[in-house]
Amino acid sequence: MARATREAYGEELAKLVQEDPKIVVLDADLAGSTHSIKAGKVAPERFFDMGIAEADMIGTAAGLAASGYTAFASTFAMFATGRPWEQIRNSVVYPHLNVKIAGSHAGISVGEDGVSHQAIEDIAIMRSIPTMEIYCPADAAETKAVVDYVAKTTEPCYIRLGRAKVEDVYEEGNVPDITKIHVLAQGQKIAVFATGLMVKSALEAREMLLKEGVDITVVDVCAIKPADEAGIVEVLKNHDVIFTAEEHNIINGLGSMIAEVSVTYCPRFIHRIGLPDTFAESGSAAVLLHAYGLDGEGVYNAIKSHI
Amino acid sequence: MKTVEELKQIANDVRIDIIRQVSRAQSGHPGGSLGCTDILTVLYFNVMDITPENAVSIDRDRFVLSKGHASPALYAILAAKGIIPHEELKTFRQLDSRLQGHPNMNMVPGVDMSTGSLGQGLSAANGMALANRLDGNDHRIYCLMGDGEVEEGQIWEAAMAAHHYKLDNLCGIVDVNNLQIDGTTDHVIGPNPIGPKFAAFGWNVIEIDGHDYNEIQNAFAEAKTVKGVPTVIIANTVKGKGVSFMENNVDWHGKAPSGDLIKVALNDLGAQEE
Repeated sequence: MARATREAYGEELAKLVQEDPKIVVLDADLAGSTHSIKAGKVAPERFFDMGIAEADMIGTAAGLAASGYTAFASTFAMFATGRPWEQIRNSVVYPHLNVKIAGSHAGISVGEDGVSHQAIEDIAIMRSIPTMEIYCPADAAETKAVVDYVAKTTEPCYIRLGRAKVEDVYEEGNVPDITKIHVLAQGQKIAVFATGLMVKSALEAREMLLKEGVDITVVDVCAIKPADEAGIVEVLKNHDVIFTAEEHNIINGLGSMIAEVSVTYCPRFIHRIGLPDTFAESGSAAVLLHAYGLDGEGVYNAIKSHI
Repeated sequence: MKTVEELKQIANDVRIDIIRQVSRAQSGHPGGSLGCTDILTVLYFNVMDITPENAVSIDRDRFVLSKGHASPALYAILAAKGIIPHEELKTFRQLDSRLQGHPNMNMVPGVDMSTGSLGQGLSAANGMALANRLDGNDHRIYCLMGDGEVEEGQIWEAAMAAHHYKLDNLCGIVDVNNLQIDGTTDHVIGPNPIGPKFAAFGWNVIEIDGHDYNEIQNAFAEAKTVKGVPTVIIANTVKGKGVSFMENNVDWHGKAPSGDLIKVALNDLGAQEE
């Protein structure tokens, strides 16, 4: 089944607000698009639309968290992380307040809206805040697992969600520990660390390469931070050539995280697949992912060009 | 309840502690701290229900020092209330101290929100007021802003939200001393008139002399009675109040006195160097 991760976010949140009276939900005039309205419908008294005022939404979420609530605050990734970056740093993460920021419509697969709405720096800017946690689920089932997990912690975090539908990678309710990497397919010599919808692209590339007798390993990295360093090192040790795949600028995202782990514990040649420090443009999600080499064929081509 | 005379004595002691903290640290913001001292004294001694026993709890009235650089005033008040040891004021802005340059809610009992980056406190106060409503309690949330601070756009996002959500359990205070780092507020960017702006956002607005104890107490009392809308108290103050050479002088916004000037400042407050 193909579902957008943002839909799964709304569905799971709607379930959690019914179970836990200490969860509150905030949005910034995009509750329909982020699907947070699903939670708003079942618990309207604990749903706050803050209007097109993201900085205030983050601060309000901080105040609710300072009062013992677990606050989920969502809007498009661009406006959830870029606009209120400093509010997130100073009003949420430094005081260690229990705010879960969900950025939907991340990456270029937001599509036709174009560059102004295509967050390709969100992982980078969230990652640079000390102790901030980042989760980038690959599909609907993993999204639900992430929402369930973060709802039980007191840590501030950022959840990266997409607009486009993605084919299921996991069976719902059967997702392994999201704080660890998941080796989805074990191959030889070549490994691809992928995050978000790039997990599906990497799996597609694997199928194409298998037909040519090349058996690659595909790893889902949902927890960008804190990184599962031990798990990553294990994969690095057992492979010669490493690829990373993310729907994000290749600077300071997944590729940088893997490279940092690699240079510290297990040096490897690492080829980073992503936006090569460039803005994208308008177009449908499928057309853009293809044009920028982020669909299965793009990942296949990137790997072929290095082997 | 403290009498006006008692409050004045406490405020004077707080001002002495402000001068001693910034002088010892040779760092900090004396001007705005001295200016808001009378407001904080009334708030902590005659308005809020905070005590040393409930300081770490949220089951009480809470205060957000949105103008976090007035931390020396807040720390001195918390010491005067017996919430933190008076001795600890000596550690202000030093390595390993709980008394960071700008307040950290996880380090200091009685500090209800980490602040320092201007413009962010009112949003947090709104969140606390919403939480109080969800919890069905009648605790009140207070938030002190500076008049330079309201140049931040987020203040007006929060002002809109507080009215939309009818946060009558929230009371904002704007400390209007007409000065900010680069000069007078009117010279720098002109946030005035501030009261009418809040009124246009639907708030109940009370304008007072921020050093007149009766006016301060009456304003807080009136704010409690107003239902359906948030209240903001526009408190006209003198930056550097109580220290002759600092009064209305922006040079003392974020600078510590040294040498003989420490003596002069303490002498103005009827105290000597330790």
